[in-house]
Amino acid sequence: MPITNGSVGVEHYLAVSAVLLMLGVFGIFLNRKNVIVILMAIELILLAVNLNLVAFSAALNDLTGQVMAMLVLTVAAAEAAIGLAIVVVYFRNRGSIQVEDVNLMKG
Amino acid sequence: MIADFFFYVFAVILLLSAGAVILSRNPVHSVLFLILSFFNASALFLIAGAEFLAMTLVIVYVGAVAVLFLFVVMMLDIDFESLRGGLQRYTGIGGAVGAILLVELIMVFGGWHLAPDAARLRMSPIPANISNTEALGRVMYTDYIFLFQTAGLVLLVAMIGAIVLTLRDRKTSRHQVIRTQVARTAAETVEMMNLTLGAGTTESGGFLRPKESEPEAPAHEEAHHAHH
Repeated sequence: MPITNGSVGVEHYLAVSAVLLMLGVFGIFLNRKNVIVILMAIELILLAVNLNLVAFSAALNDLTGQVMAMLVLTVAAAEAAIGLAIVVVYFRNRGSIQVEDVNLMKG
Repeated sequence: MIADFFFYVFAVILLLSAGAVILSRNPVHSVLFLILSFFNASALFLIAGAEFLAMTLVIVYVGAVAVLFLFVVMMLDIDFESLRGGLQRYTGIGGAVGAILLVELIMVFGGWHLAPDAARLRMSPIPANISNTEALGRVMYTDYIFLFQTAGLVLLVAMIGAIVLTLRDRKTSRHQVIRTQVARTAAETVEMMNLTLGAGTTESGGFLRPKESEPEAPAHEEAHHAHH
């Protein structure tokens, strides 16, 4: 069976998801103070991972990639919920979400 | 070909909106651009043939995660202007890391090709003649049942963690102490009086105050709640 499924080649998907991943990493560095935008950048990185998984799933005609993408989706949702809860608690304690120099845990 | 054209349209909008997410000054705009990029990624999933994942992405991300982000951004009274700045300071290192990452990925792609026996090594080939959702369900609830259960556990832990983190006991909130309520008798609180017909309250001694005010919650109840 030939490994061709979907009309768009896997290389195109890989290029898009590589640029998306790079944008996410860049966003983490760029918004060092705003933890909410950092969380959004992490969501972008996980979206790039999902895009890779789905692209390979389509290219190989294999459903495993889509199952893994579902797992990544779940973990991303859980991570967003926990991260935002931490943001809320941090804001309650400090009155700000400036996270550039978080050293509360330092003794 | 029409699919190619749509792929490029959605990919370009996806990347532009992802750039707007990390660059926009207003976090509310960031969330809205995040929603736009999720919609476009979902369209890319559709082009790849993963219909169920595309719909799940829209439902989970746009319906839940993005709304959660929007809630938090709007609920917290944050001076976002003070969080700006440092853009020039971090552009260099961020760009360097991003460029290194991109170069590495290009190097990986340059030397990458599918293994010749990749078609033989597939774990769960997509069956023909059934929909993507049905095929995914058939695989997920049989071969990947432990993965599925693990995903459920991850969600459970996230739910409990988020509740535990954000639960707080206000000092001003008045809790119901069922023990005290049950222990009270009518004789402690209600006083029966005989009033003559037609007599006002003035003859009976004016307003009658309650016998005792509501008892305060015991101290150890407070101590029990206070550790949050």
